[in-house]
Amino acid sequence: MKKMLDGELGSGTQIAAEMITALAKIYDADGFLPVKSSQISGVSYKNIGEAGIEFLESLRSGDARARVRATLNPCGLDLDSWRELGFPEAFYRDQARVLDAYNALGIEMTCSCTPYLLGNCPAKGDHVAWSESSAISYANSVLGAMTNREGGPSALASALTGFTGNFGLHLEKNRIPRQSVVIRCNIESYLDFGTLGLMLGKKLGQDVPFITGLKKEHCTPENLRQLGAAMAASGAVALYHVDGVTPEAKKHAVSIKKGEITIPSMEISELDEIVDVVPAKKDVAGALKVDMVFLGCPHYSRQDVMDILEGLRGKKLHATLWIATARTVKKSILEDTDLTRQLDPRIKIVSDTCIVVCPIDALGIKSVVTNSGKAYFYLKNNESLAVVYRDTQACIESALSGTVAIGRRT
Amino acid sequence: MAGRAIKARVIFGGRVTSEVLFSDKPLLIYGGIDTPSGIVVERGHPLNGCSIQGKILVFPEAKGSTVGSWTLLQLKKNGVAPAAIVNASCEPIIATGVIMARIPCVDKVDLSLLKTCKKLTINGSEILVDAL
Repeated sequence: MKKMLDGELGSGTQIAAEMITALAKIYDADGFLPVKSSQISGVSYKNIGEAGIEFLESLRSGDARARVRATLNPCGLDLDSWRELGFPEAFYRDQARVLDAYNALGIEMTCSCTPYLLGNCPAKGDHVAWSESSAISYANSVLGAMTNREGGPSALASALTGFTGNFGLHLEKNRIPRQSVVIRCNIESYLDFGTLGLMLGKKLGQDVPFITGLKKEHCTPENLRQLGAAMAASGAVALYHVDGVTPEAKKHAVSIKKGEITIPSMEISELDEIVDVVPAKKDVAGALKVDMVFLGCPHYSRQDVMDILEGLRGKKLHATLWIATARTVKKSILEDTDLTRQLDPRIKIVSDTCIVVCPIDALGIKSVVTNSGKAYFYLKNNESLAVVYRDTQACIESALSGTVAIGRRT
Repeated sequence: MAGRAIKARVIFGGRVTSEVLFSDKPLLIYGGIDTPSGIVVERGHPLNGCSIQGKILVFPEAKGSTVGSWTLLQLKKNGVAPAAIVNASCEPIIATGVIMARIPCVDKVDLSLLKTCKKLTINGSEILVDAL
C-alpha cells in the first residue's frame, strides 16, 4: 500500500489507495486485507453521468489497472439489441464511454448483478470488496464470504489496489446477529420472499438479523436472492442469517441457545400488502393496460429463464415481456432456434441491463408489472410510472393478456 | 448568544454553516434524490419534495443501492449537493461519496439533539448548535 500511496505505481492507483486509506482510517481499521475479487456498481450512464466518467477517466489517465478479478454491474442498455429495444442512440454513445473507461481499467464486462453465477463466486471466509447491494447480501449471507457494503467507487478502488480496510463485516464480531426475527406465517413463493424482504429492510436498517421460521425447502437460491435484494433496497442489510439454511447460522444458533448472545426479538405474523402504484391522473377502471412485464431482478439464472420460456412456447403475448439475465445466458438460449422460433417476438431476453438502471422514460414505458420486490421499490419513485407487484404466474398472465387487475393503490 | 458543541466522528472534514434539513427516517440516496434538481423523490418519505441543495442534511443512515456514492458525486457536479451531511451511522457508501464529492460529513451523533435546530455549524469534529 505504501508504494501505491506514494504514487510509485501511477497516479490512478494512488487515487484508489488514498480512498481505501481514508475509509480504513474513518472506520478504525486495524490494517489492510488483500481481497480476492471486486464487483463494481455505477455502470449505467443514467446513474453516474459526466461526473462519473470524469472520475473514471482520472483513474485511466493515471494508468490504473485491476489487480484482482473485478466484474461489472449492469449498464443502461442491452449491448446487442439496444436499438431493437428502443434505446436512443445518444444514450448508447454515452454508455459506451463509461464501458470503455471500465474496460481500460481491466474490469470484466460481465454487466450483471449476479457475478456469483458467472464465475466470480467467492468461497466461505473469502474477503472480497463488492458493491451492488443484492450481490453483497448474497455473498455475505448465502456464500459466507466477507464484504462490507461498498459504494461502487470504493469497490473499484479495492479492485485497483487489491486491498480493503479490515473493518466492519470483515471482522467476525460484526457478523454476529443483532436482531432475532421469528417468522410465524407461511413464506413460500418468490413473491413472499420479496415482500418479507421489503418489510424487514425497513425494520432492520443496517442490523444483522437471525431469521427463524423459514422452511429449508422454500429457501432456494432464487428465493434468497429475492429476500436479500429487497432487504438491501428498503434497508441497508448486508448480512442475514437463516436458521438451518445459511452457512454461518449454525454457529450463531448455538451461541443464542447457550445465552452467549442476547438480542432483541421481533415477530412477523403476517406479510404486508404491497400496494399498486398508479399515477393519480391515470384513468383506470379496475384493470390497467400493461406496457411491460419485467422479470429478472436480480438477474435470472439460466434455469429461471428456461422455466419461463418453456411455459410460453407457442403462446401469443399482448404486452412486452423482458426477462433480464447475463449475456452468456442469453447467448446460449438464443442458440436454441427450435425454442426461439416458438416464442412470441414480444418476449425479450435482455442482457447487460435491467429495468432499475436503464433510462425507462426514454423507452416510452408507462406501466410495469414485476415479481421483484427490489424493482418495485425503485420503480415506484418514478412519478410517471404505474408499478404493480405480482407473483410470477400473475406476471405471465399479464404478459399474455396485456392487462392487470388493480388492487388497493396509492 | 452562546451555543453548544456536540462531538462527532469526522467522515470528511470541513467548516460550513447552513440551514438544517432533518429527517429521523433513513434516506434513499440513489433513486431517492433527483440528481438534476437535488429534490427528494422517494415516495412516502417525510422529506419528499424537499430540496437538499445547500442544506445540512441530517438523517440517521442511508439505505438501498451502492450507487449512492456516485449519486452524491453527480449532485455535487450539478451544483445541488447538500452543504454537509450529519448521520447517526454513516456506512461506506455515503463515506465514499462525500470523499469524492468533498462534502463535509460527520456521524456518531445523537440526532435527537438536533431535531429542532434550524441552523448548524459543522467545524471538523464539532457540531455547533446555536442557542435557541
